[in-house]
Amino acid sequence: MTKVTMNVNGRSRSGEVEGRTLLVQFLRETLSMTGTHVGCDTSQCGACVVHVDGQAVKSCTMLALEADGAEVTTIEGMTNADGSLGVIQQAFQDYHGLQCGFCTPGMVMSAKALLAENPKPSEEEIREYLEGNICRCTGYHNIVKAIMAASGQQVEPVAAE
Amino acid sequence: MYDFEFMKPSSLDEAVAALAEEDAQLLAGGQTLLPTMKQRLAMPSKLISLKDIPDFSYVKAEGDTLTIGGGTTHRQVSEEAESAFPGLASLAGRIGDPAVRNRGTIGGSLANNDPAACYPAAVLATGATVITNRREIPADEYFQGMFTTALDEGEIITAVRFPIPEASRYEKFAQPASRFPMVACFVAKMNGGVRVAVTGASEEGVFRWSEAEEALTATFSADALEGLAHPANGMISDIHGSGEYRAHLIGVMTKRAVLHLT
Ligand SMILES: Cc1cc2nc3c(=O)[nH]c(=O)nc-3n(C[C@H](O)[C@H](O)[C@H](O)COP(=O)(O)OP(=O)(O)OC[C@H]3O[C@@H](n4cnc5c(N)ncnc54)[C@H](O)[C@@H]3O)c2cc1C
Ligand code: FES
Ligand code: FES
Repeated sequence: MTKVTMNVNGRSRSGEVEGRTLLVQFLRETLSMTGTHVGCDTSQCGACVVHVDGQAVKSCTMLALEADGAEVTTIEGMTNADGSLGVIQQAFQDYHGLQCGFCTPGMVMSAKALLAENPKPSEEEIREYLEGNICRCTGYHNIVKAIMAASGQQVEPVAAE
Repeated sequence: MYDFEFMKPSSLDEAVAALAEEDAQLLAGGQTLLPTMKQRLAMPSKLISLKDIPDFSYVKAEGDTLTIGGGTTHRQVSEEAESAFPGLASLAGRIGDPAVRNRGTIGGSLANNDPAACYPAAVLATGATVITNRREIPADEYFQGMFTTALDEGEIITAVRFPIPEASRYEKFAQPASRFPMVACFVAKMNGGVRVAVTGASEEGVFRWSEAEEALTATFSADALEGLAHPANGMISDIHGSGEYRAHLIGVMTKRAVLHLT
């Protein structure tokens, strides 16, 4: 076992890991931060997306030891300081951007990375950016709307239930 | 995944020395190697991360060549090659998805030589040079069939040097589940003539389509490709498409690339 230390959502966190421990395992099992999900474990679905040094990565396809000394941001770091939902999270709720919610942590983290690069993306740019995030429930339309809304752009409201 | 020892050397010499050990393997972006290890198709006893090696990640244009460090991510190429070699930047910006592009590297892609990988098409179509810690390997000698390259054991790709084409275009027909190409073609207008490289299609991996090269060198127009059809023998047949389908796509993708440039 080797000691690994990284800054997760602004706090320094350490733990003992094996060479093969994935970043997502370190987050979920060592740090008990289970917001980051594992959908496929084969690098396809994007449920496990977190940011490492500001860049979106699949935490199931990166070793914990590769993140030694890095700044890591997870879905737990997306809330406002008072614990209320952050802008993107709130938009997902307002625009029904989730159903079962399994893909949502990865969707929100990818959306966050997209908006950092491109603050006012077009619908097409959003769809293209989310190519590596798979959702089995929503059909994506409301996810795209939520991200449009989170970026301050006009969106048709969702029909009332 | 079986356990292994992890190390992150801070110099190329240290990496080369570590790689001499039995069952040691290089780790670049891990976007191919880690999934392979999870399936236990690779079981290294030691992984040598290349991420801390200095001067290993860069895009440098000098005159009519563009040199890319072996550890440069797809994202960095897509952003930094844009002005000097837009055809290559566009290829890099369409590999996988953003998270894959943030980790995966050109050296890892070329060392792996997946029969459907994107970079091999650009390297072969431009006649680029693969530079290692030991020698320089011309593209025409580098690719030796599916997952096979001219690299010797213990050899590390340190850079790739591309002659910048007058014009180039990569057309990719993506397999929607894997996001790798079903078939993709890179058309490069070099000053000695046109070169066309095809990936995703052949059981032998990336290859040049010489009939199309001759036709396009004579007349660079989509019409020059009329009547040319790539034969289906030796093409990959799987649940996503038959050999005939892939052979047909070679013609379609080459034509799209030419139409884009004319
Ligand atoms: C969901 C998904 C979609 C993808 N889509 C595409 C796509 O559309 N097109 C495409 O081309 N690829 C695609 N890929 C593969 C991706 O481009 C990988 O980044 C690439 O194949 C390997 O690069 P890497 O840096 O991750 O290498 P690694 O996985 O770290 O290593 C791969 C192999 O190369 C060796 N190696 C690494 N660096 C060097 C070096 N400098 N010198 C010598 N040997 C080295 C390693 O030992 C290993 O054997 C996809 C991957 C995923 C997960
Ligand atoms: S769990 Fe990482 S990509 Fe699916
Ligand atoms: S909401 Fe269920 S997978 Fe996306």
